[in-house]
Amino acid sequence: MGRLNVDLCGLPLDNPIIPASGTFGYGYEFAELYDINVLGTFSFKGTTKDPRFGNPTPRIAECTAGMINAVGLQNPGVEKVISEELPKLSTCFNKKVMANVSGFSIDDYAYTCEKLDACDQVGWLEVNVSCPNVHGGGMSFGTSPEAAAEVTAAVKKVTTKPIIIKLSPNVTDIVSIAKACEAAGADGISLINTLLGMRIDLRTKKPIIANKMGGFSGSAIFPVAVRMVYQVAHAVNIPVVGMGGVTTAEDVIEMMIAGATAVEIGAANLIDPYICRDIINELPRVMDKYGISDLKSIIGGVQ
Amino acid sequence: MKQRVFTVAANERLTDTVYRMTLHGDTSAITGPGQFVNIKLEGNYLRRPISVCDCTDDVLTLVYKVVGKGTAQMAAMNGGELDILTGLGNGYDTALSGDSPLLLGGGVGVPPLYMLAKQLIAQGKRVSVVLGFNTKNEVFYEEEFRALGADVTVTTVDGSYGVKGFVTDAMKEKTYSYFYTCGPEPMLKAVYRTSSTSGQFSFEERMGCGFGACMGCSCKTITGYKRICKDGPVLEKEEIKWDA
Repeated sequence: MGRLNVDLCGLPLDNPIIPASGTFGYGYEFAELYDINVLGTFSFKGTTKDPRFGNPTPRIAECTAGMINAVGLQNPGVEKVISEELPKLSTCFNKKVMANVSGFSIDDYAYTCEKLDACDQVGWLEVNVSCPNVHGGGMSFGTSPEAAAEVTAAVKKVTTKPIIIKLSPNVTDIVSIAKACEAAGADGISLINTLLGMRIDLRTKKPIIANKMGGFSGSAIFPVAVRMVYQVAHAVNIPVVGMGGVTTAEDVIEMMIAGATAVEIGAANLIDPYICRDIINELPRVMDKYGISDLKSIIGGVQ
Repeated sequence: MKQRVFTVAANERLTDTVYRMTLHGDTSAITGPGQFVNIKLEGNYLRRPISVCDCTDDVLTLVYKVVGKGTAQMAAMNGGELDILTGLGNGYDTALSGDSPLLLGGGVGVPPLYMLAKQLIAQGKRVSVVLGFNTKNEVFYEEEFRALGADVTVTTVDGSYGVKGFVTDAMKEKTYSYFYTCGPEPMLKAVYRTSSTSGQFSFEERMGCGFGACMGCSCKTITGYKRICKDGPVLEKEEIKWDA
């Protein structure tokens, strides 16, 4: 097929570009702007067992070359996602979507994954064990190899679709966590979620974010992401989805050379809503510039 | 929503901190008063959401206050181009106004009421406007509203100009069929308590995207969760749920 297509856990992607969870809603806001079928796929808003409002506002703070968010997994809950959001999505997206799942207990993760696994529109389940913005859930499962493996095994037991575990960079040794997920049956790893950050208002001496801390994302974190994708991709034998600060077609290629099979784009969607479409259009030109005939050939090719 | 490049045609200072920027470009995505635009500024990661003060087919007017780095950068512009997401938010619904609506603006909450007043007057409504400021040298747009044919009252907290007090002090003296308001949250709460009819409130929140994707500016309402940027910024009085 084309020069851009890749295979992610046995499912074909027309190109490796995937808008990241939490920056693309359930797709249809962007479908008003362009035909979202040009995307490889996209990862929908993090979904939990029960509906959640999330954290109090302000939830957003600006940083140099990035932003902090503390949304806190606002979502209508898995039942409504299946009964309302997915039918709406089917009117504007005819590819398989990546279902992003979060939880507060092992049972939560298994429950939500099992429900979404049964949906025909879902191609992959991206299991978020790395949300920094909720207490007693999310990231706490992604900061130890044992807990991450336990979530992976529980989810694998009740699903048939590829399970991609989304990891947090807020750990000492990300490789050991990735390896534990692989050993527990994960079909892929995605990384990095946001880096825990904080900003303070000089006038009030209060944190800008109501939840005090939040997840730092944006182009500033790209080098950290490239490093972690490189480390993990060279330590596991399952596909790695790379993300973190990707803003240009050049960044996509760099992430793939580091070891990513596909690339998610997050914060950049919020600033330039057309950015994923534009990067897809731009990729062939940048590939030509670097003598790359086929994207598959560069995955993990760092010398 | 549309992403468009606008040319800065003029940028005038109205008070010590408030400026009026006139831009040329495609305004077709702006469908009514009370909407906003989100402006990309070199060197700042997030765009800057600014309410629409007025717009015609190819001219966009923004009246903004310098409050930080981004707006200071805008104030320093003397020509040039800006990448803008236009036509964001729901805006005010003029259909509910009745024949004698009251518009109440506080400080930099005044600008979006200008296009609203213009449209209501064009619809043949008798429009009264109350513009509230802290002090005399902060007053702007009094003459512009008068030129539209609105009945204008200015209030200042220190009494240095117009009626001494808050917009709600002037509101108590008015009879009106409906009201529209925009301003700082304490003012909105006071208007809510003082008002004797239904009305619409325009809210402000720190935003990520400005077009409904990130859930950065969500609030709770009687009718469920709403995104200030996409389902707002205008909420009807009956659906507002104030924080405890």
